[in-house]
Amino acid sequence: MRRLILLLGIIAVFGLTAYAQTETLIRNATVLTVTQGALQNTDVLLRNGKIAGVGKNLKASANARMIDATGKFVMPGIIDCHSHSMLDTINEGTLAVTSMVRTQDVLNTTDVDLYRELAGGVTTLNLLHGSANPIGGLNTVVKIKYGRPASEFLFPGAMPGIKFALGENVKRSSQPNLPGVTRRYPNTRMGVEETIRDAFTRARDYKRTWDEYREAVKKDKNLIPPRRDLQLEPLVEILEGKRYVHAHCYIASEILMLISIADEFGFKIKTFQHVLEGYKVAKEIAQHGAGASIFADSWGYKIEAYDAIPYNAAIMTRAGVVVSMNSDSDERARRLNIEAAKAMHWGDLTEEQALKLVTLNPAIQLGIQERVGSIEVGKDADIAIWNGHPFSVYSRVDTTFIDGDVYFDREKDLARRPELAKERATLEQAEPNKPPARGQSPQTPRRRPSGHEDDAEVEKP
Amino acid sequence: MKILLTLLICAGSVVAQQIGNPTTQQGVLPPRGTFAIRNARIVTVTGPDIENGTVVIRDGKIEAVGTNVNVPAGAQTIDGRGLSVYPGMIDAGTNMGLVEVPQGANGTVDLSEVGDLNPNAKAIIAVNPHSAHIGVTRVEGITNTLTAPTGGLISGQAALINLLGTAPKEMAVVPQAALVINYPRIGFGGGGFGGGFQQPANLADTLTANERQVEQIRKMLRDADAYGRAQDAYAKDKSLPRPDRNVVLEPLVPYVRGEQPVIFRADREAEIRGAIKFAEEMKLKPIILGGNDAWKVASLLKEKNIPVILTGVFSLPSREDDAYDALYENPAKLQQAGVRFCISTGDAGPEVRNLAQYAGMAAAFGLSKADAVKSVTLYPAQILNVADRLGSIEVGKMANLVVTDGDLLEIRTRIKYLLIDGRAVVLTSRHTELNDAFKNRK
Repeated sequence: MRRLILLLGIIAVFGLTAYAQTETLIRNATVLTVTQGALQNTDVLLRNGKIAGVGKNLKASANARMIDATGKFVMPGIIDCHSHSMLDTINEGTLAVTSMVRTQDVLNTTDVDLYRELAGGVTTLNLLHGSANPIGGLNTVVKIKYGRPASEFLFPGAMPGIKFALGENVKRSSQPNLPGVTRRYPNTRMGVEETIRDAFTRARDYKRTWDEYREAVKKDKNLIPPRRDLQLEPLVEILEGKRYVHAHCYIASEILMLISIADEFGFKIKTFQHVLEGYKVAKEIAQHGAGASIFADSWGYKIEAYDAIPYNAAIMTRAGVVVSMNSDSDERARRLNIEAAKAMHWGDLTEEQALKLVTLNPAIQLGIQERVGSIEVGKDADIAIWNGHPFSVYSRVDTTFIDGDVYFDREKDLARRPELAKERATLEQAEPNKPPARGQSPQTPRRRPSGHEDDAEVEKP
Repeated sequence: MKILLTLLICAGSVVAQQIGNPTTQQGVLPPRGTFAIRNARIVTVTGPDIENGTVVIRDGKIEAVGTNVNVPAGAQTIDGRGLSVYPGMIDAGTNMGLVEVPQGANGTVDLSEVGDLNPNAKAIIAVNPHSAHIGVTRVEGITNTLTAPTGGLISGQAALINLLGTAPKEMAVVPQAALVINYPRIGFGGGGFGGGFQQPANLADTLTANERQVEQIRKMLRDADAYGRAQDAYAKDKSLPRPDRNVVLEPLVPYVRGEQPVIFRADREAEIRGAIKFAEEMKLKPIILGGNDAWKVASLLKEKNIPVILTGVFSLPSREDDAYDALYENPAKLQQAGVRFCISTGDAGPEVRNLAQYAGMAAAFGLSKADAVKSVTLYPAQILNVADRLGSIEVGKMANLVVTDGDLLEIRTRIKYLLIDGRAVVLTSRHTELNDAFKNRK
């Protein structure tokens, strides 16, 4: 009973559709499947959290919700491969290697930017640690189940990952040189290489110690196990191919440096993040088998971003690199459709190639391509209905589904506004909320720290 | 160039031809030519669209527009079949050319002067005509920016520039277009970017600090008014004691007399209302820059006929309980309320090229498509008092024109030709050059 009250409470607070909806039939839409082209006048059936049908004249059971999507577009939920939404903190920057910290421990499910991202058709986020250190903390892949507990956000089966970072942020280039304060090592791109090499050298030894122990303990059950090292364990997982490396980087030389280390220690970089000069070394990135997760056209905000060009996606795609477009910003995450379309404007990618930048490609980069990233029968019902083609600047999202449940519905959002305005007015009149003195309240909105541009340490108001 | 054009015309169907000088020739200003763009759809902005019309450009001006116009002999002809002609876009809230790389390269940053009161800091002095941002921006159809300094309380004077020229003088449309004031923000040390780190501890202190800053501005404007009157009096009557010239107060005189606009950076409701009240008290001619909360002040803005340069269409709403689309629909709400506004990126340089998407997003949330185009062409021209020269395709206006293969605001649309001040601009930039250098690397 208490649980029921709680559930009703949550529904009341967030105004979402009840989660009991198990079947929805979206009729007569243009369906951007990503893998099978754009299908005109097509129905999509969502049942029990999965896409149960894509085709003409589909039938649903009597109690299914029907949505007439004539003139509208259905697109897979957008996947943002670089986000810091809902993280109460982003950087553990005190050490150069912080592989022992986890973003999963600091999830804030009430972050309102999650809702704003849903309103932009986004359903999945790769929550990354910041870029303060060569080897950063562990990532978390989530579905934006806004209004649900943190445990339900976690994307089942997503590959574990970790954040690496190279370049200016790691060198602490924009940190002031305070007298009497020792700068954190490393201070150069040479030191960054050495830091990563040192960590993997230690990880390789650590793995050997455990491998040897596991062999020996078969013969002697009384052997004392080696001491666990939470910093090195994730690095061992990387060496064993069990954890994806998402490496923040900018300039061509540092990209080649990391490829060289990875080759030497026998592991793969899953994605280069930002990788603004990726177009200069696209061939090498493709040869290594790494993906690239980039901004559409951000450039010039710092020295290492000065050679960034908006043709990056096209050049790397043509070189055979799996490319995605990410936001790294709660703001930009709301319009990743526009960012993807830019790859058609600059560099002539096809519509399908451009769509993949924010759907299937990031899914591949996170190891969730069997679940999401395209509209195919059997995949998760994570989709958005747009009122026009999502690559048109004039389009917006009507409804966003995750696992078949509605998490954003523009009509409902609009309908609730008068009621919310009334509630706000009532609250403002309440005694505890009256301004303390001298007329008007200062109206200083609290801003929580938020990821910005490239996770640089500076948190802007 | 004539030969090149002739070749292009002969080639007929070949697309993406370029006219004008390569941007690599930074020292060469392309000549003002005589051009005729024929058989194009012409979006005049002030009048109805003309299907299949011709625009004639001569000596930097639009000489003729219509379906039945004479093409002067010797004019270079651009085949506009399937193409649209729009006025160049104007971003009225940038720092274009004042900063090349904001982080890690302080030597390239000329945004804000030391101290709080710098009316004599003139953007046109520091704007860098060879900034890579300028080429990157104009090839996306933006022909003009208002370039403003940012610091302190009185930041300085903004310049309205053409995004073409080998020297600031050649770029200037209005070299001293507006005075820029950061209206003090409640809760922060100073206004806008110039704010200090000290946050007053309580509301009373906050308001006191705020009032003190407003008083600083007020005092300087009053001094300037007195200075202007003293100079005038002396000019009429040389027997009076000669007042010393003052380079700080002198530039303020046209602004305190309401002859030139004063831009107030203000986003929150209290700041906007404060700025309006202050401008009225001082008899200034105010423009609000920022305006995130302008929709809450719409009736007052309308009543006082105060225009707003909206820079926050892509900003996150500042309050958690704001509607998710509060800033997307801010322009539509102002339009409905009859408030004059235009749309800007508010960016220092690199993102200005995305201006069309800011306007497009406003159209996705209630603004009409035609008004969205106006919000980045005619409206900024009107707000900056240059609608006699910019912002639409009309005879006599400066020939700042963009020829596209589709809707100006759509992402996938390409710019085919660009004319600024009647000069044909080649569509290359630092970015196209880097693309060319690396796209075929094997």
